[in-house]
Amino acid sequence: MGEFLGVALAVAAKDLRVERRSKTALVSALAFAVLTLVIFNFARDAASLSRTAMAPSVLWITFAFSGVIALNRSFTLERENAALDGLLMAPVSRGALFVGKYLANLAFVFAVETVALPLFVVFFGVDLRGAAGGVILVAVLATAGFVAVGTVFAAMTVRTRFAELMLPLLLLPFMLPPVTWAVQATARLLSGRPASEIAGWIRLLGLYDLVFITACLLVFPSLMDE
Amino acid sequence: MTGAPSPATSPLLHATSLERRFGAARVLRGISLTVSPGECHLIVGPNGAGKSTLLRILAGLARPNGGAVSLRGTVPGREPASRRAVGLLSHQSHLYDDLSAAENLAFAARLHGMPDPEGAARDRLAALGLLERADEPVRRLSRGLLQRVAIARALLHEPTLLLLDEPFTGLDPHATSQVTTMLRAELQRGAAVVLVSHEVREAWPLATHAYALIRGEWALAGPVAGSADQFLARYREAMDG
Repeated sequence: MGEFLGVALAVAAKDLRVERRSKTALVSALAFAVLTLVIFNFARDAASLSRTAMAPSVLWITFAFSGVIALNRSFTLERENAALDGLLMAPVSRGALFVGKYLANLAFVFAVETVALPLFVVFFGVDLRGAAGGVILVAVLATAGFVAVGTVFAAMTVRTRFAELMLPLLLLPFMLPPVTWAVQATARLLSGRPASEIAGWIRLLGLYDLVFITACLLVFPSLMDE
Repeated sequence: MTGAPSPATSPLLHATSLERRFGAARVLRGISLTVSPGECHLIVGPNGAGKSTLLRILAGLARPNGGAVSLRGTVPGREPASRRAVGLLSHQSHLYDDLSAAENLAFAARLHGMPDPEGAARDRLAALGLLERADEPVRRLSRGLLQRVAIARALLHEPTLLLLDEPFTGLDPHATSQVTTMLRAELQRGAAVVLVSHEVREAWPLATHAYALIRGEWALAGPVAGSADQFLARYREAMDG
């Protein structure tokens, strides 16, 4: 178990170090997040649509698509110089490779969300007092699920010619449930509804994470073999 | 009286009747190869003959459509132990452009469970005269330096089977001699080498067996006999035939 975790952390640290130097995924995902928030903010007809009605959907569109941009980069860096072959030749569990890539992807997407959330508050004038903890919990649960699935699909598509196109096509159907539940929960949190109304969505998100993170851990090793 | 062969003398790698197709194209046909510790098997062949595909199959990165490969009784690439036994140098460096040579090798050492990854990385880089450039991102290194870092990565964990695809490409004469010396030391410690190269004269002193792979089949195969020039003459004849 110690060796498994050691390998996973080594892979995650390597990905984060590469990203810290190149800043490719982070900058493009952040630029997308800011652009989305700005466009939605100014495109809204204030007379017919209130900010609070639109805010949860905008937040999750921003999180979901900037997450896809970050995920796309995840295995693209393994394609350069066929570094993926180097990983696959290492005498380590494929599961540890998955956990390492997953942890790094989670860090990327959480970093983007950490920047996007305050911008969202500023642009949409949302009052997060009292709802911040709930919104963060929902963001963590929803992100944990779709990033796991995204990590597996990024690994699958990296060896295809159209990896950047294939990843969103494959991932979006699997992103729909957690993102939809997250929008529902966020809308209720921002409207100050009681916790009992949100508990169901939280449970669904937790269940999704449990099922899909386990499934991804089991499926990833066989995907890595030709 | 017979007994089980000792692990030290029994073949390390045994490939029989390998076939590989890409669509309708048959890239490898009936390729067999037996490699024992301390042996260096040199493979030459024209571009597209299937040499790199053969190395990928021997490394366990690709599966043959027919035939079988055994690495000390295991399927290459399937179990961690069989992956630990192999060091692969391919046309691509397996390096991360934004990391330095030392960071790339330390990462590889960590994946191989080596006790002092940073120390092992620096030792290997020093052996190839790369210590001065060890902390530069590899994207800044020249083709020759990059090749030396890639060789250092392949040799880092002291594998028992080295699969080397064009190790001398991009190297100056001094670096070629350094790599040759290093490979000789690997053979002396009991490692086996399968070496694909167009630089037959450089590789010939290391070789114990020589092969010509033409259109996916062995055109020449056997223990080394005579000089590199004689082998090259027979290879050209086989190409023309």
